[in-house]
Amino acid sequence: MSEEAATPEVLLDIRNITLRFGGVEALRDISFDIRKGEVRAIIGPNGAGKSSMLNVINGFYHPQEGEIWFKGERRGPLKPSQIARQGVARTFQNIALFSGMTTLDNIMTGRLTRTRATMLDQIIWWGRAEREEYEHRARVEEIIDFLEIQSIRKTPVGRLPYGLQKRVELGRALAAEPELLLLDEPMAGMNVEEKEDMCRFVLDVNEEFGTTIALIEHDMGVVMDISNRVVVLDYGRKIGDGTPDEVRSNPEVIDAYLGVAHD
Amino acid sequence: MFYREVGDFKTSYAEDQQTFPIAFDRWRYYVVIAVAFLVIPFIINDYWEKSVLLPFLVFSIAAIGLNILTGYCGQVSLGTGGFMAVGAYACYKLMTGFPELNIFFVVILSGFVTAAVGMVFGLPSLRIKGFYLAVATLAAQFFLVWLFNKVPWFYNYSASGQINAPERTVFGIAVTGAASPSWATYLFCLVFVFALAWAARNMTRGPLGRKWMAIRDMDIAAEIIGVSPLSTKLTAFAVSSFFIGIAGALYFSVWFGAVEVTEAFGINQSFRVLFMVILGGLGSIFGSFAGAAFLVLLPVFLKNVMVGALGWSTAIAANLELVIVGGLIVFFLIAEPHGLAALWRTAKEKLRLWPFPY
Repeated sequence: MSEEAATPEVLLDIRNITLRFGGVEALRDISFDIRKGEVRAIIGPNGAGKSSMLNVINGFYHPQEGEIWFKGERRGPLKPSQIARQGVARTFQNIALFSGMTTLDNIMTGRLTRTRATMLDQIIWWGRAEREEYEHRARVEEIIDFLEIQSIRKTPVGRLPYGLQKRVELGRALAAEPELLLLDEPMAGMNVEEKEDMCRFVLDVNEEFGTTIALIEHDMGVVMDISNRVVVLDYGRKIGDGTPDEVRSNPEVIDAYLGVAHD
Repeated sequence: MFYREVGDFKTSYAEDQQTFPIAFDRWRYYVVIAVAFLVIPFIINDYWEKSVLLPFLVFSIAAIGLNILTGYCGQVSLGTGGFMAVGAYACYKLMTGFPELNIFFVVILSGFVTAAVGMVFGLPSLRIKGFYLAVATLAAQFFLVWLFNKVPWFYNYSASGQINAPERTVFGIAVTGAASPSWATYLFCLVFVFALAWAARNMTRGPLGRKWMAIRDMDIAAEIIGVSPLSTKLTAFAVSSFFIGIAGALYFSVWFGAVEVTEAFGINQSFRVLFMVILGGLGSIFGSFAGAAFLVLLPVFLKNVMVGALGWSTAIAANLELVIVGGLIVFFLIAEPHGLAALWRTAKEKLRLWPFPY
């Protein structure tokens, strides 16, 4: 994907981000970019600042220094809900589904940013509200088919096993038809088979929908296989950036992360 | 036997998402509506109107209102009595201030006034949650009742501090005041119940309801997918207060005709509506009706049995009634914490298979 264009368009550009919590520097002067259509992995040991980085990207934390450029424009300090409307969706490390609602309703919530019907339309449930509802439903059904979760459509998500919940959460993020999809450890706690399924879904999303993906993952095999470029964080600093092969041979990365001792 | 899905194929999303997906349910709903509109008005008498039907209808509206806020949006409120008082006093001021305005519009306007007040008292919900929010709404309850007692303008400087509903008509038939016929007051309230329940169902089945439930289940995730907590919570407070305000307006103008605020809209009323919602089932429109019916009809039924059939003194019956109703509430909450609506759902699940074991 990334090699087809000589100068690929940059979707998200992170410039010199520093994030502090009191005296602790969670991120120090981090810069990297995410190109349109690529799978970008963020790796690093525990506490390296990976999740903080995602939280900065979708507006949950506001960095003290640095700039974020999205789609060629500098982004001000927006709220998470505003950033979601710009086309950024994410999943969480600890599943954050709406446990009282069914799978279908959960994925339908992903369409909320695209609702145009006014409150009055919805109260009367005639015309626009109804038409829109079924358009969204049709789109959501495509996602349900894509993720192969037809059989749990009307099951409350609180009752589903972990692997399926992860899949529903991915579905909810996809329903928003995001330009940038942030995945926070999509394969954590899964067995090999579930991981393979998830990898397939991530790659399919990238290829079929053309969605740009930034993911955090601990499983090195997965990261090296599915990502186009990898950025490595350690103690809030960036210590490596490049293709999987470049990162794998970077001595600093090997030292800090992969844990291979020199001498 | 009758109650099943077999052979009832859904071929469109509209059919799949309709309110009553099972044909038997749908027909029963039509029958209930037809009986409520076409049969009951002809057989209603004063006793049934004042002690059974009007209480049930008025409290159904209040319960749906509170259920939207607490059951769907997850914001606990103990201010229901206070908001009902706002509806009642808004109704009174509008009735006396604009005598030529039709009572129908007066009631709706009272709802809007209450919605505005509810939004103001909903502002703390952006910062505080759970029990702390409950305490903040408790403050609303006491403040509003105090206000209506303290400022004579609200009760037009009457000597007793009461408010009395003057006679108002719809299509030339009195629906408020002493001379109003039972069937007219009943139908007037029924129209509101029908329209509001319908609106509540439409709001909760669509995007608005999903926003509310998203905020209820996990507010952080809701924000990440683009739901603004501010507008969503305030909408819930506004809609909920609108319903409760209309319930308060009907309570005062159509049902009682004269109320005194401390007695009619005290903290007891807040708890009563909250019990209805919890007992009936949080997050269910049907549950709101079931809860209202349970808490309105059961005392009437017990009183009739103990005083009418068994011939006990009314004092003993009144106390026993409290004991029995309280005991039943505890029993139901232990047996089915999700309320009568969940009980009903389980019964329907069973019925779908009946009489076959699988």
